[in-house]
Amino acid sequence: MDIKVRVWRQSGPSAGGKMVTYDVKGISPDASFLEMIDVLNETLILNGDDPIAFDHDCREGICGACSMVINGVAHGPEKATTTCQLHMRKFSDGDVIDVEPWRAAAFPVIKDLVVDRSAFDKIIQAGGYITVPTGTAPDAHATPVPKKDADAAFEAATCIGCGACVAACPNGSSMLFTAAKITHLGLMPQGQPERDSRVIDMLQAQDDAGFGGCTNAGECTTVCPKGIPLSLIGRLNSDYRKAITKR
Amino acid sequence: MTTDFWTEGEPVVDKAAPDGPVETRWERRKFNAKLVNPANRRKLTVIIVGTGLAGGSAAATLAEAGYQVKSYCYQDSPRRAHSIAAQGGINAAKNYRNDGDSVYRLFYDTVKGGDFRARESNVYRLAQVSVNIIDQCVAQGVPFAREYGGLLDNRSFGGTQVSRTFYARGQTGQQLLLGAYQALERQIGLGNVEMNARHEMLELIIVDGKARGIVVRDMVTGEISTEFADAVVLASGGYGNVFFLSTNAKGCNVTASWRAHRKGALFANPCYTQIHPTCIPESGSHQSKLTLMSESLRNDGRVWVPKAQKDTRRAADIPEDERDYYLERIYPSFGNLVPRDIASRAAKNVCDEGRGVGPGGLGVYLDFADAINRLGRKAVEAKYGNLFEMYERITGEDPYETPMRIYPAVHYTMGGLWVDYDLQSTIPGLFVVGEANFSDHGANRLGASALMQGLADGYFVLPNTISNYLAAGPFPKVTASDAPVVEARKQVEDRIEKFLSINGDRTVDSFHRELGQIMWEYCGMERSEEGLTKAIGLIRALKEEFWTRVKVPGKGEELNQNLEKAGRVADFIELGELMCIDALHRRESCGGHFRAESQTPDGEALRHDDEFSYAAAWEYFGADGRPTLHKEDLNFEYVHPSTRSYK
Ligand SMILES: Cc1cc2nc3c(=O)[nH]c(=O)nc-3n(C[C@H](O)[C@H](O)[C@H](O)COP(=O)(O)OP(=O)(O)OC[C@H]3O[C@@H](n4cnc5c(N)ncnc54)[C@H](O)[C@@H]3O)c2cc1C
Ligand code: SF4
Ligand code: FES
Repeated sequence: MDIKVRVWRQSGPSAGGKMVTYDVKGISPDASFLEMIDVLNETLILNGDDPIAFDHDCREGICGACSMVINGVAHGPEKATTTCQLHMRKFSDGDVIDVEPWRAAAFPVIKDLVVDRSAFDKIIQAGGYITVPTGTAPDAHATPVPKKDADAAFEAATCIGCGACVAACPNGSSMLFTAAKITHLGLMPQGQPERDSRVIDMLQAQDDAGFGGCTNAGECTTVCPKGIPLSLIGRLNSDYRKAITKR
Repeated sequence: MTTDFWTEGEPVVDKAAPDGPVETRWERRKFNAKLVNPANRRKLTVIIVGTGLAGGSAAATLAEAGYQVKSYCYQDSPRRAHSIAAQGGINAAKNYRNDGDSVYRLFYDTVKGGDFRARESNVYRLAQVSVNIIDQCVAQGVPFAREYGGLLDNRSFGGTQVSRTFYARGQTGQQLLLGAYQALERQIGLGNVEMNARHEMLELIIVDGKARGIVVRDMVTGEISTEFADAVVLASGGYGNVFFLSTNAKGCNVTASWRAHRKGALFANPCYTQIHPTCIPESGSHQSKLTLMSESLRNDGRVWVPKAQKDTRRAADIPEDERDYYLERIYPSFGNLVPRDIASRAAKNVCDEGRGVGPGGLGVYLDFADAINRLGRKAVEAKYGNLFEMYERITGEDPYETPMRIYPAVHYTMGGLWVDYDLQSTIPGLFVVGEANFSDHGANRLGASALMQGLADGYFVLPNTISNYLAAGPFPKVTASDAPVVEARKQVEDRIEKFLSINGDRTVDSFHRELGQIMWEYCGMERSEEGLTKAIGLIRALKEEFWTRVKVPGKGEELNQNLEKAGRVADFIELGELMCIDALHRRESCGGHFRAESQTPDGEALRHDDEFSYAAAWEYFGADGRPTLHKEDLNFEYVHPSTRSYK
């Protein structure tokens, strides 16, 4: 199929950027979206142009590296799908497709479609863990975990840290990401001792890193490739209220 | 022995290996290892390249112990290391099923699974430590699958007779890595680890014969810097991407290991690669990587191809008696459940005969029609629903209606830098953990054992053995103006300069693809003297062409993804040549490798224990000379070499 892409080009963190249009001809509908960009980049290089920079690694929807806003939607049109798992057969011949980076105050653009998401690591540093130095653990069967809690914890823990939720949020809030971690650890018996300090510290770190506040717009969960539900934010808020009153 | 392609040197000996009863070797090594007084640990710095299961767990553990750690990864966050993609599970000899499992049985299965090309001491230790890994991960909050009673669930994986695989849906690697990542982030937050994401190691620094630092490039600004430490740990993963198409993440590379190899670290068994039978086939020339689908599919799917060559009918239009269920036909007792290597090679054979299906004839059917009839669609959906969905997302075909198409793909590399029992390479102070070393899997890795090895190395083995080395430190201060440092830095700068100045007419990717095709054709599942000799010639020619015709756009002082790739591909080309030489010298079929000249009368793999019961550790060959082979003899005191049979 023949398409046009309009891609955000920005040479560096402090440079200005603009949308540039490219023709991509004869692309297979079986190619993934990133493979389409690969093909375009090969042409750009041979023509002496600067290829488009973008983050990617696993190309299987699990590492969370890929991050493109496609036609205004973080990760593009297919539900519960990362950019790397989106295929060209979801588009039509002749389409003009807009491709932009995540845009959020806490995720500054580094180059073209590559942004700095290290603010997410800062949130985890603040409390997104269970303190258990290596070698100090009791036998794995010492504490049974009800299956429904373990399953629910797993669902929350499938967050890939891609940041689409932040990119989609009108406030640039990271609440869904943080709530997923709070839920995962808060459902496990092992996570109880630090439950209060965790939620307080992670929320503080979110604010410090420049993420916006949550106004329940719900855009985050719509684009989330792992289907992390909005209800987890409710859970986070309730954990936070309990923790604060205990202080 | 000296040939056109290699020379043979002195044997290499594992001086750290303890002797005596295998059950107590690790205990004794730990007891005899020198310790570092807690007050002195603060004065010792360790560089760790890589934040996957091996590097992430090592960094967290060493920092908890009180060492100063500097960590590096090429991704934007340590959480994205390729370990995140592992699906199936992790083995441990917990015997929670009471089904007769034990440390000894896991040890036995792993030595046998490796086709008698791994060290007994290492494998025994791995099996022992496996038990602690599960405890550690559960305490970190890793949400493993559980049963209704709240206890951990297990499954049997890769044809073992016991259920010892712990898992978290199809995302075990992700959950284990997040556990290690969170422990690492905690240490970063406490100021015990200096994390350098988007930094790529491009050279090793050796001072007075010891590994003392690395040269890194900041991938955002392009700045080159030199970093120093008392010891360097490589946890940089496997080199499957030498084949261009593999199930590895796009960035996986051999550069860290290869740079160390060029500086003297021996590289062992480079030709040992694992090829996984159930991957989604290529769909065209745009293909950039391959996706693995869980092996469990072979429990219910039947593998077949048309009996006729070049049969272009739709699967549904091919009548039963014109189908060849070749695994069931050739291996009646194991059928579709033969081990990975056998299933992979059989698929390649039928495609080579012109009976493959799908684009380019590179695929075989994995058909669930019988299972759907027998169990009902609902039951099939419950078991494999998410895999079917993934398949449909990628191929646009519905596997409930038309059979899946699968094809083998490179998945894991058993070879890597040679290390002793302490995980120390032949360069003092350079340790290697995880997939980057060669230690525990011999010629073939069993399912669910790479995650086990990565975490064993990082959480439990390295932290105990590295102290024996560090006890002699802190070592004399190294500075940026020391001659070896200046030289290492200059090597990196010159190479970058060279890439950018060639300004040829071929892209880096085009070279990588071509290398991959050569490797797959001649150094893949089946190898022959003729093919490998040809491949070596082709790779040498490709290398020349690369250094005269590659085009790398942009500058060094910016985010430049093609410059990153150029460095990786240049190293892959050199590694590819060594892999072919290693494969050429090993005139036996073993593990996942079928050597055409070494087969039984009925076409099965024939191992030669009399000649090849050793690990082949190679010394770098200098720009165009021959590599030197150092053999490490393998002794089997407990598990006696036997022949595998699946007929
Ligand atoms: C699709 C797939 C599924 C798998 N499933 C299973 C399974 O079910 N069970 C199992 O046991 N095994 C499985 N494996 C194998 C297993 O996942 C890997 O062997 C293992 O995770 C490797 O871990 P590692 O820590 O050694 O390396 P990796 O996780 O690959 O980490 C490498 C690290 O090194 C860094 N790095 C590399 N080069 C440089 C450099 N030059 N400079 C700076 N940093 C660098 C990277 O950034 C990364 O942080 C699977 C593999 C694949 C591909
Ligand atoms: S919550 Fe969803 S969208 Fe947000 S980082 Fe996690 S996976 Fe990505
Ligand atoms: S590249 Fe890993 S999730 Fe898309």
